[in-house]
Amino acid sequence: MDLDDTDLEFRREVRTWLHDNLPGPLSSMDTAGGFEQHREWERTLAKARLSAVSWPEEHGGRNASLTQWLVFEEEYWAAGAPGRVAQNGIFLLAPTLYAHGTEEQQNRLLPRMARAEDIWAQAWSEPEAGSDLAAIRSRGVRTDGGWLLTGQKTWSSRAAFADKGFGLFRTDPEAERHRGLTYFLFDLRAPGVTVRPIPQLDGEAGFAEIFLDEVFVPDADVLGEPGAGWRVAMSTAGNERGLSLRSPGRFCAAADRLLKLWREVGDPADTALRNKVLDAWMGAQAYRLHVFGSLDRPIGAEASVTKLFWSQLDLSLHETALELLGPNAELAGQPGSWLDGYLFALAGPIYAGTNEIQRNVVAERLLGLPR
Amino acid sequence: MKFTLSDEQRQFAQALRDALKQSTAWETLLALGVHEVETAPDLVVAFLELGRAAVPGPVVESFAVLREPKATLAWPPHVPYIVDEAEDTYAIVDGVRHRAIPEEPRKSVDPTRRLHTFRLGEAIDQIDAEAFNRGVLACSAQLIGLGRTLLERTRDYALQRKQFGKTIGSFQAVKHQLADVHVALELAEPLVFGAAVTLNTRDVSAAKIAAGTAAYQAMRTALQVHGAIGYTSELDLSRWMLKVRALVTAWGTEAYHRERLMAALCP
Repeated sequence: MDLDDTDLEFRREVRTWLHDNLPGPLSSMDTAGGFEQHREWERTLAKARLSAVSWPEEHGGRNASLTQWLVFEEEYWAAGAPGRVAQNGIFLLAPTLYAHGTEEQQNRLLPRMARAEDIWAQAWSEPEAGSDLAAIRSRGVRTDGGWLLTGQKTWSSRAAFADKGFGLFRTDPEAERHRGLTYFLFDLRAPGVTVRPIPQLDGEAGFAEIFLDEVFVPDADVLGEPGAGWRVAMSTAGNERGLSLRSPGRFCAAADRLLKLWREVGDPADTALRNKVLDAWMGAQAYRLHVFGSLDRPIGAEASVTKLFWSQLDLSLHETALELLGPNAELAGQPGSWLDGYLFALAGPIYAGTNEIQRNVVAERLLGLPR
Repeated sequence: MKFTLSDEQRQFAQALRDALKQSTAWETLLALGVHEVETAPDLVVAFLELGRAAVPGPVVESFAVLREPKATLAWPPHVPYIVDEAEDTYAIVDGVRHRAIPEEPRKSVDPTRRLHTFRLGEAIDQIDAEAFNRGVLACSAQLIGLGRTLLERTRDYALQRKQFGKTIGSFQAVKHQLADVHVALELAEPLVFGAAVTLNTRDVSAAKIAAGTAAYQAMRTALQVHGAIGYTSELDLSRWMLKVRALVTAWGTEAYHRERLMAALCP
């Protein structure tokens, strides 16, 4: 890796800070108590200006380069630090705010996001609109000084305990599917909002349904131009599928832990399982090298290539670990365990546009095959 | 590890690609200076193109291992026969380079690879272990290049061929196979460039495993999507397909490289 002295100094600082400040295992962020523990951890990160290192200083960041952000991620996951409860805001909404938000919106929302005063939930999917996002029906109707939102969102991660939501609403029912959509930011505790937690596979309220009944949103909380929501949202989708949510540091750390597990309990004669361990290590290396080699390129349809790759890598990496653990793999209730990671990885091929949709995107937009 | 191509490397690759479309003869390679390539990353740049064009001849042996304008070798057990023909022919045994005298011809799955058994002649000098890794690396890059062409040609065929009144490229079952090949090649190539930077055993073995797997997937998909026409030698797709088959086990089988990789990761 091409790291200069500043990057190396930054790496040392992050490593030392994590060593001194890392909390013990936290409860699941999908429980009320665990959510607050994770929020507290975000605040601790923010005090050291480590919650969003690549942001400008006035928003709570350090103006760090993308390379330094990757360094931060490598150190963060190598240290075994907790999952980020604020990630939907910091990694999905924030890049969109930087690309499409007004200066007023950026100054008002980003510092609060960095300090975990607002934890954001993504409110995109609807009962009839998952990967086919343009099929959404929830609507926004003009009113004095703003809009009234009505409809239903679902599969919204962290929404059970989060403070705010962001999502698309249809504001021009006459327009074509992709047009006439507007990107709104709204308060999950505003009058007219009902949040119904949905227990996930593990029984915890990881996602929720959001019902909106004439919820008022001021013009100041429209992101981008009214009617341009699709274009605005696609920049967020690129981030979710691409680099920001799935930095290589997490996979490299997991692959290192898998190798350690293999050394401890692996049977050298079991070459089939050994090969899966090697595939996981190679996959993490490949992804890391790919990311470092593409830092200076904008994320487009290529994000679908990486989404397909890391979602499969994450799953097979965790499946391999569970196979190594043998009958003990079924033991649940241990935060930060391989099983926890496995349950999270199971969702990878489903969210952010299913992998079937990603294969279509790769085939149509990168290989030029017909729709 | 950050690796992006320099302008010179891009130009070299483009020049090679253009020239090899016209001719894959040895003179073309020499005229473009492939035999003068020095660094391992430049070697990868060149061999991606040699693979794309399915260039025949002892290219790995001459340019990557021996670094001569035209020579060839056997390196048992991973390269058990002398590959193709050249004036200078060697066999490397226990790190020592010997002259080798070709004996019987052996048929390769790839008709453009002309193999020979040999007997050992005089010992010449020691060969450093890095030479083997350069051979593996060049072979890996060649496999990626072969896979790229197989994918492109299959994409083109899927755009042109119609069945049930539709272009077959519009069928999801076809699209998804091609997308998977694209992902495999895109994520194998960084391992090859990464291995060129370190040239260590761990990274070179990982590169060969990933490149071989991706190229083989490209080959199988190419045949499946082309159907019976792909199975003929009238369409020259077999040049790429059979070279992939030969190179997947040349310069160390997948099993050998997995042993090496595990030994490096868990010493």
